[in-house]
Amino acid sequence: MGRLLAERVLPKFSLRSAGTVDLDALDDGATLTLPEGEAVVTTDAHVVKPLYFPGGDIGRLAACGTVNDLVVMGAKPVACTLAMVLEAGFSIDVLEDLLLSCARILEMTGTALVAGDTKVMGAGELDGVVLTTTGIGVARKVIRDSGIHPGDELLVTGPIGDHGMALVAAREEFHLQSDLMSDVAPLWPLLAEVLEQTNVTAMKDPTRGGLAAALNEMARKSGVGIEIDGPSIPLRPQVRALADLLGLDPLQSACEGRAVLAVAPADAEKALALLRSQPAGREAAVIGRATEHRPGQVVLNTEVGGRRLLDMPLGDPLPRIC
Amino acid sequence: MKTDREFLRNPQRAQALAEVLRKTAPQRPVRIVHVCGTHEITISAHGLRHMLPEGVSVLEGPGCPVCVTSTVDLDQAVQLATGGVAVCTFGDMMRVPGTELTLDQARSRGAPVHTVLSATDAVELARRDPGRDVVFFAVGFETTAPGTAAVLLEDPPKNFSVLCSHKLIPPAVEHLLDLPGTELDGLLAPGHVSTVIGANAYSRLATRHQVPVVVGGFEPLDVLYALVLLLRQLRDDQAKVENAYPRAVTWEGNKQAQDLLRRAFRVYGASWRGIGEIPASGLAVRPELSQWDAALKYDIKGDRGQEVAPGCRCAEVLVARAVPADCPLFGVSCTPLSPVGPCMVGAEGACAVWYRHGERPVV
Repeated sequence: MGRLLAERVLPKFSLRSAGTVDLDALDDGATLTLPEGEAVVTTDAHVVKPLYFPGGDIGRLAACGTVNDLVVMGAKPVACTLAMVLEAGFSIDVLEDLLLSCARILEMTGTALVAGDTKVMGAGELDGVVLTTTGIGVARKVIRDSGIHPGDELLVTGPIGDHGMALVAAREEFHLQSDLMSDVAPLWPLLAEVLEQTNVTAMKDPTRGGLAAALNEMARKSGVGIEIDGPSIPLRPQVRALADLLGLDPLQSACEGRAVLAVAPADAEKALALLRSQPAGREAAVIGRATEHRPGQVVLNTEVGGRRLLDMPLGDPLPRIC
Repeated sequence: MKTDREFLRNPQRAQALAEVLRKTAPQRPVRIVHVCGTHEITISAHGLRHMLPEGVSVLEGPGCPVCVTSTVDLDQAVQLATGGVAVCTFGDMMRVPGTELTLDQARSRGAPVHTVLSATDAVELARRDPGRDVVFFAVGFETTAPGTAAVLLEDPPKNFSVLCSHKLIPPAVEHLLDLPGTELDGLLAPGHVSTVIGANAYSRLATRHQVPVVVGGFEPLDVLYALVLLLRQLRDDQAKVENAYPRAVTWEGNKQAQDLLRRAFRVYGASWRGIGEIPASGLAVRPELSQWDAALKYDIKGDRGQEVAPGCRCAEVLVARAVPADCPLFGVSCTPLSPVGPCMVGAEGACAVWYRHGERPVV
């Protein structure tokens, strides 16, 4: 395993140092020399089926998941660790490919891989591979998901629900053909300037549970109501169509490359313009605002002029029978 | 299709229809019942109740095939699976409680339970693995039943059989109307079921009970338009069948599908969870196809377990006498993750739809 590491894993990652003891030292740990600010740390275990899905793979997903968790805390990603648990017999070529995919994202976001570990379990004891990543970043101003004030505008950085729906569409048993791709992508550098130049009061990445879960959590923790204008939520036609076909709610479908931001009213227009000026944020939109009424609740004004609560999603959605 | 969708969700047209509803509504409380989970989803997801005139309420009756599947049928499926037979069924049957276990719980204990999207998928599983017994646990109304009929009539493999729990909509509505104390001013008839049975299937019901019936589609404007026709009939004191979903539903229905149903099934008095036995409301495999009838092929029994828990008002919700929010358990001890009553279990059950789509008064 030592040779495998040195020859085939380590060279994939171009950034391997963020302090005086780096990855190449293969010491018991690495050190970090952090820039000024508050250090932010996050950790995630990544499993996904299939390992390769339209628009991405588990390597890319692991890197983006970690980077994005740091970014939505207001932090610039600095370093990350990677632990791999492999099923005996897992193809080394596939692993190499997945790591390359992971490395590309870390490079793109200036995140150094500083420590790692590999373990192997018996065949059948796990499904292929589990990647666990821990990320460290530094925030000049920490952004919570609880800081929304009444009057703040709510923005999303792009179309909602692509990742979840792309995975559903790729499931063999549905016999569906779709050109929909996962949105899995890093939120850095997309959000760098917005964080620098505008007053972002709260932020979250709408992963599990989608936009509905993110908004509910933000409303509850901030003690504000949120009023959402349904037609302004960017949704791809394929996402709408798949959701209709399978009886799923696109607002509950996961994203892996989007953020929901609350921005002080005076800065909302500027934040939107900054996002839209970059290719990854071209479809960003203002989708609603925070209110004093109904603290903790999210109200959705529907496209036909109806009105309802947008509730916290529960469990994994199952397709309906008709 | 894109144009259809945009047309049928156009906000100006929706507002215009809402205005017509306000002008047409009689000066008294009106209770419209629908019997389709997809109608409930359209109404709830688009917040349509918010657009209705005061005094007009729309309630879901026995419109969720999953919710009304009896514990007896469910216990039989669980029994087959725990005995090692591969049981295939639709995803939303997985969490429906039997007397002791759900199919999901049986699966987590190692029983071979598979979710499929059609009876054909189950037949394919049986063909791929001829050494293994495969049972399709067939649920649903006239919409899913023709699919089951088609595979039964196409000489499926010997290791395949059907545990049949299909049910029929018109007898359930008649039963509802026959129940003493039912207050029902109009029926919004289900679009999907009606594509198969045709709008004519409601004629007897409309005449006998003097109730307006309008077949409706599933886009927001479809539902609003159907409600306009229902309120017009009420205003003009009429009780006839109208078809507000002609782009999918004909008066005669789908003859081919009806023929499949006749050739594959016989009609019997089925037991509906929370309601009890309804005469001539269930479909069973015909005797000449008995080699594919799981109820005969295997020695399975089921005792009538507890169908509705104490305190749960599902029995009233199922016959449109209560709305989910009337139930003290709703959203408190009864949620889709830990459902107490059948209406919270099936994704199309009134309680589950209300819960998931935030259909509660927005003050």
